[in-house]
Amino acid sequence: MAPLSWDLQLLNVCAALLLLLAFAMLSQRRIVTLVDLLALQGAVLCVATALVAWRTGKSHLYLSALLTLGLKVLFLPWLLRRLIRRLDVYWDTEPMANIGGTMLLGLLIVIFAFGLAQPISALANTSTKSTIGIAVAVTLLAFLTMITRKKAMSQIVGFLSMENGLFFAAMSATYGMPMVVELGVALDVLVAMLVLGVFFFQIRERFESLDLHHFESLKEEK
Amino acid sequence: MNVIALLTQGLEIIVAVAAAPLFLGWINQCRAWLQNRSAPSVLQPYRTIQKLFNKDAVIAANSSALFRVAPYIVFGAMTLAAAIIPSMGTRLPFTAAADAIALVGLLATARVFMALAAMDSGTAFGTLGARREMMVGFLAEPALLMVIFVASLISATTSLPAISEHLTTEAIGLYPSLAFTAVAFTMVLLAENGRIPIDNPATHLELTMIHEAMLLEYSARHLALMEWAAALKLFNYACIGFALFLPWGIAAGAAAPNALLLAIPVLAVKLVLAGSGLALIETVSAKLRVFRAPEFLATAFLFAVLGLLVHLLLGA
Amino acid sequence: MELALLLALPLGGALMLGVFGARRLGAELNAFFSIATFGAACALTVRVIAEGNFVAAREQFFIDPFNVFLVDLTAFVGCTTALFSRPYMRVELEHGRLTAGRLRLYHSMYQLFIFTMLLALTTNNMGLLWVAMEAATLSTVLLVTLYRTPASLEAGWKYFILCGVGIAQALFGTILLYFAAERVLGSEGVTALLWTHLNDVKGQLEPTVLSLAFVFLLVGYGTKMGLAPLHNWLPDAHAEGPTPISAVLSGLLLNVALYAVVRCKILVEGSLHSSLPSQMLMGFGLLSVGLAALFLWRQRDIKRLFAYSSIEHMGIISFAFGMGGPIANFAGLLHMTVHSLTKSAIFFAVGHAAQAAGSQIMDNIRGLLSISPTVGWGLMLGTLAILGLPPFGVFASEFLILTTAVKTQPWAIPILVAALGIAFAAIFRRVQPMVFGEASVPHLAHVPALLPVFAHLIIVLGLGVYIPSYLAHWYREAAHLIGGF
Repeated sequence: MAPLSWDLQLLNVCAALLLLLAFAMLSQRRIVTLVDLLALQGAVLCVATALVAWRTGKSHLYLSALLTLGLKVLFLPWLLRRLIRRLDVYWDTEPMANIGGTMLLGLLIVIFAFGLAQPISALANTSTKSTIGIAVAVTLLAFLTMITRKKAMSQIVGFLSMENGLFFAAMSATYGMPMVVELGVALDVLVAMLVLGVFFFQIRERFESLDLHHFESLKEEK
Repeated sequence: MNVIALLTQGLEIIVAVAAAPLFLGWINQCRAWLQNRSAPSVLQPYRTIQKLFNKDAVIAANSSALFRVAPYIVFGAMTLAAAIIPSMGTRLPFTAAADAIALVGLLATARVFMALAAMDSGTAFGTLGARREMMVGFLAEPALLMVIFVASLISATTSLPAISEHLTTEAIGLYPSLAFTAVAFTMVLLAENGRIPIDNPATHLELTMIHEAMLLEYSARHLALMEWAAALKLFNYACIGFALFLPWGIAAGAAAPNALLLAIPVLAVKLVLAGSGLALIETVSAKLRVFRAPEFLATAFLFAVLGLLVHLLLGA
Repeated sequence: MELALLLALPLGGALMLGVFGARRLGAELNAFFSIATFGAACALTVRVIAEGNFVAAREQFFIDPFNVFLVDLTAFVGCTTALFSRPYMRVELEHGRLTAGRLRLYHSMYQLFIFTMLLALTTNNMGLLWVAMEAATLSTVLLVTLYRTPASLEAGWKYFILCGVGIAQALFGTILLYFAAERVLGSEGVTALLWTHLNDVKGQLEPTVLSLAFVFLLVGYGTKMGLAPLHNWLPDAHAEGPTPISAVLSGLLLNVALYAVVRCKILVEGSLHSSLPSQMLMGFGLLSVGLAALFLWRQRDIKRLFAYSSIEHMGIISFAFGMGGPIANFAGLLHMTVHSLTKSAIFFAVGHAAQAAGSQIMDNIRGLLSISPTVGWGLMLGTLAILGLPPFGVFASEFLILTTAVKTQPWAIPILVAALGIAFAAIFRRVQPMVFGEASVPHLAHVPALLPVFAHLIIVLGLGVYIPSYLAHWYREAAHLIGGF
């Protein structure tokens, strides 16, 4: 095994951390901690982006690292924490049965993701191609987080984490999307969160809770 | 096989058997310091063992021969394990016959006999302890194997000395896979040796105890051997950890005697650091309910598998 | 210039209505901006007829035969819906289902929604297409929940989460597309996501990556166009949102999502040289047609009924594009046009009927003909049109699709015919008593805005009889572009 240069090693550590954080989110019961984990994930992503930017000398990646820092590390977690305080769900926990089973499912998903990323990694000519699999895995794990949750807030955290995974995938496979697209995606995420902020209050006003098990009325009549 | 190799082998066994209670004593002392208690002497485990050897053994009337041989088997298995873990040198004659998987089997043998002996006398506590021990073991073993597999994959061998040797010669770098497995290994170590957060070695609280429950019926020399074997087990686990994750300073290859001499103080330093680290972990964490133990060990397993997957993908 | 105007008008309208939308003038302003947008679309059309295709703004935007008629359609339906919503929303306000503040949100978001759809249609950049599609979801989420009833909140949440997850898949697909394109086009110029460039080099794109990308893109945009089995959000969002929104969701958003899928399909098929994308489109299309037909049977809510009908028609169109070839593609394009016109007309009529009855449950709506012949006939004719009766345009397109299927995909005929038959029976048995039965609905307190209904129906009728030459030319060109095996 030829020793990698230090920045690639550090990037690998970042990728591994992202994967670890995805699992941590999958198993985390407390909603506030979920938001913290999300912020941490954003921070790792930011470091990884900056590393790639430094390595490749692509200035637009510095910009997107800054964007990540501003949006995903600072603003969105701040917004979510504020929402949590305002909605008074600070002590909410997710009633999750069988975390172990979910974890095992998560491991299977990671293996699946690695398989999925194999052909892409094989074709990639970026020096970060080995992390594509991890990015796909993070995305799918976030998806799993979303579908195993019952609380609106944790579903949203899962959604944002999924976006983080996709962002990382774009970076590993192609050193990021063109700037205009990245800006657009960031704008969409931002607007989505603002819309959700409004939306949460509407749900709360109606149901006095953010539990989605109230949402059972619109089933197809059998 | 030369003289130095034989010497190394003998030295390893002697050091392990002799130093294991000291390591335990050191951990206890660190814990006491961290908890603002006045610490017992580091030599306290020796005194306990000596005291126990001088007593008359009492054996339950309805227990079988198994109850009496179990301490010797357990102690023997642990000594043998100490022989195949490269704690100071890598040229060990014994390791040709036993690789890391055999080592895990050896540890499992000791566990099985301990559990059988605990159930042998037919008391409630013994059975309870045995059942809990088997549960922990059943969950911890896959994680331990997974940890060893990662290291094996990196160095393409399952022989522990070869793994250590490979890792010492490797350029120093960041290995996320090894970091993950190190975390997993630490968790397994805590669980397997009956430390907090899985078990508390300092109490005999019937609702929570695991290891102590199995030893309740033992006395005198049998108990001494069991305690000694437990200390040896902890020592062995620490040495496995060093071999996998901190192999530097070990006398690699067909080393000269002076490298071996250097390896002894290096091992001492590692043990001192590891002991204080363990004491710190035990002090800052709270004991988990027994029912949460599977979750703890599942996390360890998860870490180990993550390490494996990360290694496969990133090659690091 | 026309293009800039086309995009600037609704965006400006959104901003302006965000400020002034609460005034009484809001509805008029909304209508004004929509009409102006339609005017810009007409100007654009004139230019395209005169000059042909073009790209603009450093190739970030382009107009070709495939999107020009969709732009017209979107601007036109957007305009008629705004005209319809002016009196409709006023009545809702009078009934106390809304407040002035929410009306402002409605007007502003309506314009924003039109803007995002026009952006999605005209952009040349596959990344921007994604951004616009996501923005279209976001701008309508709060419209679905406009009434703030528990059911509407649930529908909104479902819409947000399902489409959000779906669109995330599409983002991954887009990333893969970029990944494949970058290898051919290079990343230095920003051309690697421009559709026109991708189309030029589609034969060189890496097939494995593109097939993977297509799976994600189809799942992603397919969620948005209500393809089964990811259609769950659609009936809820249609039933619980205000009627004008149901009309534009059904009539326009689904089309735009389908447009995105077909754009991707063109690229992927060019790269793969196999019929895999076509088969996937046909499979999902047939599944949607079948499932929707079955679900149609047990609907009780009128808007849900027609929402499922939309799923069915999206399935038919996907099937048509999946078959490919000049005739099926032509029929698919025609069907996109007539479906969106007919479906929005139906929703207009349904809106008035439900408003009069104070309920969307079909059992509570009876005898529309006796209380308002125009609403009654509007609904009846719209229903007959959507069910594919001649001489309406839907008949023409469905006939073309079926005859092509007999030739190229005979195995699908039984499913299609059975589904169309079930859908016909399910819808007709529901609508017939609503229109003709014993009157149970009080008379309308206001004059219904039925000009849009009949305008749409007349166009649909016209398209069934005669297709203008330039439109036919566009269809043929686009059909050629879409190709297929």
